[in-house]
Amino acid sequence: MNILGISAFYHDSAACLVRDGEIIAAAQEERFSRKKHDDRFPRHAIDYCLREAGLASSSELDLVAFYEKPFVKCDRLFSTYLGVAPRGLQSFLKAVPVWIKQKIWIKQILRDELKFEGTILFPEHHESHAASAFFPSPFEDAAVLTVDGVGEWATTTIGRGAGNRVDLLRELHFPHSLGLLYSAFTYYLGFRVNSGEYKVMGLAPYGQPRFTDLILSNLVDLKPDGSLRLNLDHFDFMAGLTMTSRSFAQLFGAPRRAPEAELTQHHMDVARSLQAVTEEVMLRMARHAHEVTGSSNLCLAGGVALNCVGNGRILREGPFEKIWIQPAAGDAGGALGAALLGWHHYHDQPREAPGTHDAQKASLLGPAFDPAELVARKEIAHEQLGDDELMERVAALLEDRQVIGWYQGRVEFGPRALGNRSILADPRVPDMQRRLNEKIKFRESFRPFAPAVLRERVAEYFELDEPSPYMLLVAPVKAAVESSVDDSAGFGDRLRAVRSPIPAVTHVDQSARIQTVDVRENPRFHALLRAFEQRTGCGVLINTSFNVRGEPPVCAVEDAYRCFMRTGMDYLVLGNLLIDKRQQQPLPAAPPPTARSWIADDYERIDRSPRALRRFGFTMGIVAGVITALLIRRYPAVAMTTGVVAVLFAAAGQFAPTSLAAIHRIWMQISLAMGWVMTRVILTLVFFLVLTPVGLLQRLAGKRAFEVAFRTPENTYWKGRETPFERESYERQY
Amino acid sequence: MNGKLSILGEFWTFLRVRKKWWLAPVVLMLLLLGLLITLSEGSALAPFIYSLF
Repeated sequence: MNILGISAFYHDSAACLVRDGEIIAAAQEERFSRKKHDDRFPRHAIDYCLREAGLASSSELDLVAFYEKPFVKCDRLFSTYLGVAPRGLQSFLKAVPVWIKQKIWIKQILRDELKFEGTILFPEHHESHAASAFFPSPFEDAAVLTVDGVGEWATTTIGRGAGNRVDLLRELHFPHSLGLLYSAFTYYLGFRVNSGEYKVMGLAPYGQPRFTDLILSNLVDLKPDGSLRLNLDHFDFMAGLTMTSRSFAQLFGAPRRAPEAELTQHHMDVARSLQAVTEEVMLRMARHAHEVTGSSNLCLAGGVALNCVGNGRILREGPFEKIWIQPAAGDAGGALGAALLGWHHYHDQPREAPGTHDAQKASLLGPAFDPAELVARKEIAHEQLGDDELMERVAALLEDRQVIGWYQGRVEFGPRALGNRSILADPRVPDMQRRLNEKIKFRESFRPFAPAVLRERVAEYFELDEPSPYMLLVAPVKAAVESSVDDSAGFGDRLRAVRSPIPAVTHVDQSARIQTVDVRENPRFHALLRAFEQRTGCGVLINTSFNVRGEPPVCAVEDAYRCFMRTGMDYLVLGNLLIDKRQQQPLPAAPPPTARSWIADDYERIDRSPRALRRFGFTMGIVAGVITALLIRRYPAVAMTTGVVAVLFAAAGQFAPTSLAAIHRIWMQISLAMGWVMTRVILTLVFFLVLTPVGLLQRLAGKRAFEVAFRTPENTYWKGRETPFERESYERQY
Repeated sequence: MNGKLSILGEFWTFLRVRKKWWLAPVVLMLLLLGLLITLSEGSALAPFIYSLF
């Protein structure tokens, strides 16, 4: 049985194919489209999944599963506007056109795009996350914790996984969300929401947690069991286009940092304080999940599960013996969870937990490409080497401080490069971090790099003796020493201070975000680490994703070669081909990005085939004919002209439809512009004449759909879930 | 068209089953507007329809 899982239309569109419970393929659309966090329908990712499974078309699928329930999300959106109106118009005008044109019709879009007539499932957003965390895990039973910005209404859930079932037991509801809190600070610190959260986490160790109490007393009411409420007075994501309100900035005594503006100690202290609060919340939630389920295993998913510093603390300080984190913890992973729910819940198929390893296949679930064709076509100078010789040569180059683009096998599923689309370097070189950030990745100099370490030697380098195959655990570096450079020193001085024998992967707080490499999971990457270890005695390499700032990690061979040639990498390894930068012809400069209006973009999506142009000619001819008929008695002269126009349109449509292309373009662009204006005029009227009065009445009746009270005497903010399992509920969009 | 009408039908069931009466007037009005927009978009008739408003 082939089940296609899809996540789309918010951020990180992705597709996944599960056959008889086995994950065959999974990929994010951004890797193909080259648009970071691409949220469009994942056409390319779906085509790839079908190809990988040997299916000729999507009509051969048995089931399609979309990762959330669109109607409930729509309910949350409009309930929010009802709850804040007459505030919220700007946000309403931005969000609602997308909903009424696209998101509410998702089921039809899926049918049209896939040409699929079978059953389409709609599990809940957090249920998809929970399934993606538990089903591929090695555990027979586990507590499951999912934490993100928001799904339908839930922002956090605690569940129990056992056998082939994962059941959600507790949840927190919008707008009270750890993920939204983190994103609000990401915004305040001048980074992009939904992608800059990593930067906040990387920035935090440079600061002092001097705002922690302020956050816990003014912004977050945190209960001992990890449930929380946000003080909505300081946030603007409910009604505005920004995450934080003016009073938020007043609270911290400084305005929001402008994007790309200088980072000061204030920003680092804010980041550190937020990170401290986040870790405390994650720990309390994990403890509560343990109390509720009694399990000694924990599975994590949702965007907040990418907070690997928090994950590391849960492992070290929490009540669980083992934890497993879905590597595609964000919304892309929802595609995987939805497909697995189709198999285990909807079709009630059994699940076998291997116990020793997971079913995620090292997350190497994306497409593989043969580099031979590109190398021959572009006459790329290269050396073809056998496996052993390749590992020897690359290890020697790494020892010689060369930076290597390492391109092997299938693409990783999830945001981290795990040794198949990686940039590698020697972690013992003190200035390697700066060199990689400035010359190769073109990103902020404060950002740390992660180590890949031989699984069997992880405990020698780090305070960790568990597998961390997906780079989702942070742990202290062993033999690391406090830097002699104190916190009052500048950014650069603190960065350059040597803190351990592997300084390029040791962050300023003597920690590292670790990837353990197991010979059974990625034998080629393991062999390279082994070769480097044999030369140098060091079983660790810097592993960072093969991309530059603002681009998704490379996917096809062409992407890798282009990225290699336009950055300061020294060598590229494509499979068994070793490519030396010095022997390459320089690439022509990248063409400047073309700025196109949204109207031109939308016009490109309109059918412009000769058939469509013929229909256009006839339609215009008929309209001009009707106008002629209406005018002919009173304005015969004008009617003569419109009559001629009618005949010309009809004749052109019949005999030379392509001659109408220019008129079609102008007319349809006018149509799109009018549509844009009219939609907003009508929506503004709906907002003030319908939505606002209904919202005011609702509040007068005390029926607001979400909680706004900040501090209440309740012991907990967790809500129990009482919905019994009902198979048919998956077929419903609510 | 049938698919879209069936979605509208399911949405109505959702409002009814979950007793989302506060949402009904707003959402139904917007759904009808959405139907009009999605049906007229890409059609040469759209500017004539818009001028009716």
